[in-house]
Amino acid sequence: MEDLYRENILDHFRNPRNFGTLEHPDFSHEEHNPLCGDKLRIDLQVDDDRVTAVRFSGKGCAISQASASMLTEMVEGKTLEEVKSIDKQDILDALGIPISYVRIKCALLGLKTLKAGVYGVQTWVEEDNEQDIGW
Amino acid sequence: MAIEILKPATLNVEAIRLDFPILARKVNDQPLVYLDNAATSQKPDSVIQSMDFYYRNYNANVHRGIHRLSEEATLGYERSRARIANFIGARSNKEVIFTRNTTEGLNLLAYTWGESNIRQGEEILLTEMEHHSNLVPWQRLAKRKGARVRYIPVDDQGCLRMDLLDELLGPQTRLVSVTHMSNVLGTINPVAEIATRAHAVGAVVIVDAAQSVPHFPVNVRELGADFLAFSSHKMCGPTGIGALWGRRDLLEAMEPFMGGGDMIREVTYEGATWNDLPWKFEAGTPGIAEGIGFGAAVDYLSGIGMEKVHAYEQYLVSYAIEMLRSVPGVVIYGPEAALRGGVVAFNVDAIHPHDLASMLDREGIAIRAGHHCAMPLAGRLNVAATARASFYFYNTTEEIDRLVAGLYTAKKVFKF
Ligand SMILES: Cc1ncc(COP(=O)(O)O)c(C=O)c1O
Repeated sequence: MEDLYRENILDHFRNPRNFGTLEHPDFSHEEHNPLCGDKLRIDLQVDDDRVTAVRFSGKGCAISQASASMLTEMVEGKTLEEVKSIDKQDILDALGIPISYVRIKCALLGLKTLKAGVYGVQTWVEEDNEQDIGW
Repeated sequence: MAIEILKPATLNVEAIRLDFPILARKVNDQPLVYLDNAATSQKPDSVIQSMDFYYRNYNANVHRGIHRLSEEATLGYERSRARIANFIGARSNKEVIFTRNTTEGLNLLAYTWGESNIRQGEEILLTEMEHHSNLVPWQRLAKRKGARVRYIPVDDQGCLRMDLLDELLGPQTRLVSVTHMSNVLGTINPVAEIATRAHAVGAVVIVDAAQSVPHFPVNVRELGADFLAFSSHKMCGPTGIGALWGRRDLLEAMEPFMGGGDMIREVTYEGATWNDLPWKFEAGTPGIAEGIGFGAAVDYLSGIGMEKVHAYEQYLVSYAIEMLRSVPGVVIYGPEAALRGGVVAFNVDAIHPHDLASMLDREGIAIRAGHHCAMPLAGRLNVAATARASFYFYNTTEEIDRLVAGLYTAKKVFKF
C-alpha cells in the first residue's frame, strides 16, 4: 500500500510548493475533475515570455495536489513555448509511481489546467489521456 | 471487539459465496473484498450460465422467427419478464417494460409521460438525495416545458423532511419522483406515504428503485406508486438490461418512446399504429441474453428470499457502522442503521476518498470514492467527495474488519 504514496508525493501533498494565488496573474485558469470533485486553479505571471511566478490553489486528492505542486516547480523560469511542451510523460516521470487508468485524470489535472490556461480554453486540445486497458 | 450485533442465522453465506465465481479472485495478491455493490453487484454462476446456454443452444431473434430457435428465445425472454413481474408484485406482465437500466426507464418517462403531461408553470417534486439519473431528465423536461423543479430537503440525519411535504405539494404539483433508497446515505424513504400524499393532490408518483428492488422486498401494489424503475446489474443480473414497471392505464395512454421494429402494430407509408403493451415501448432487437440472465437473477434472489437478504444486510451495515465509529477521525454520513440499507458513506480525517480508495485497492478492497452521481447531495453534506462501502448478501463481517484494518494503514501513511 505504501508504494503508491511514496514519500515525495506525500511531501508535495503536505507541503505544496507555490500554493496560493497571484494578485495580477497574466494567466489564470480553473479546472474541475468531475470524477472526484477536485478543483484546481493555476495562476501565472509572465514577463518577456518567461514564467516569473506561478501559484496553484484548490482542493483534491494527494495525487492531483502533488502533481500540481511538482508541475509548478517545472514551469518556474520556463518560456511559454517550453511550458507548452510539458507533457503527460513529464508528469508521470515526476510522480515516479505507476498511475492506474482510473487515477490518470487526477494526475493530469494540473497539466490540463495549466495548458488550458496557457493555450486558452478554445484553442487547447486535450491530449489523449487514455492508457491501454490491459488485463 | 465488544460489538453485540447478532448475526441472523438465516443465511448460509459461506455456501452463497461459492455461487459467485468472482469472489474467489485475488486482487494485489489478496482475496478480493468487494464492497462496491451499490455501483453494481457480482453475478452468480446460474446467471452467467443462463446466458451462456442461450448463446450456445437457442440464440435467435425474438418475436419474429417462426422457427424453433426463435420460439425458444422468445419464450426464454418473455418468461423472464413474467418472473420479474411476479418478483415485484405487478398485476400483469404487460406492466413490465424492458429497458437498458434505471436511467433509461426514467428518461423514457420524461420523454413520453412527461412530454405530454407536464405543462408550463407546473411543478415536479424531487428530493435532495436523488441520483443524477432522477435529476437530469426532469431538469431538462422542466426547461423544455417552462415547469419548475422543487426538492424535498434532507435533514442533517440524512432523512427526508417529511414535515415539509404538505407545504411542497399542491395543485401545481404534477409529478413526484423519489428514490426508494439513497445510494449515498443508504436512507430508505417512506415512499408509500409520499405516494399517498402526492396522489391526494393529483400528482403522479415515480420511484427510482435502483437500490431497493435488489436489496429488500418491493411490492408495487403495496407501494402505491405509478411507475418504478430498476436495473438488473445491481441485483445479480447482467448489465445492459433493466425494467420499468408502470400502472397499466397510464402506460396505455402514453405515447411510445423510440420508434422501430417490434413496437408497431401496422406501418404504412403514411404512418403507424402501436403494438400492445409492453412491446409498444420496446423498439428494436432487445438484449435477449440479458433479459434471460435478468430472469435467472430474479430466480436466484427469490431462492434466497428478499426478507433474508434485507435482514442480513441490516446486520452487516450495523456492524460496519459500529466498527467505523471506533476508528478515530471517521465521519459517517446518513441515518442510524435501522433506517438504512447496506450502504455507508464516510470520510477519514482529511484523506481524500480517492486516495483512500487507491490504498484500499492495494489490499484487494473495492470501495467507491467520489460524489456517487449525486453531486447536489455532496454539496448539501458540505463535502466534495465521500468514500462508500456498500454491501450485498455475500459480504461478511470479516470483510468489514479488513476494510477497517485498511483504514488504519491509510491513516498511518498519511500520518493522521
Ligand atoms: C439511486 C440510483 N438511481 C439510479 C441509478 C442509475 O442506475 P443505472 O446506472 O443502472 O441506470 C443508480 C445507480 O447507479 C442509483 O444508485
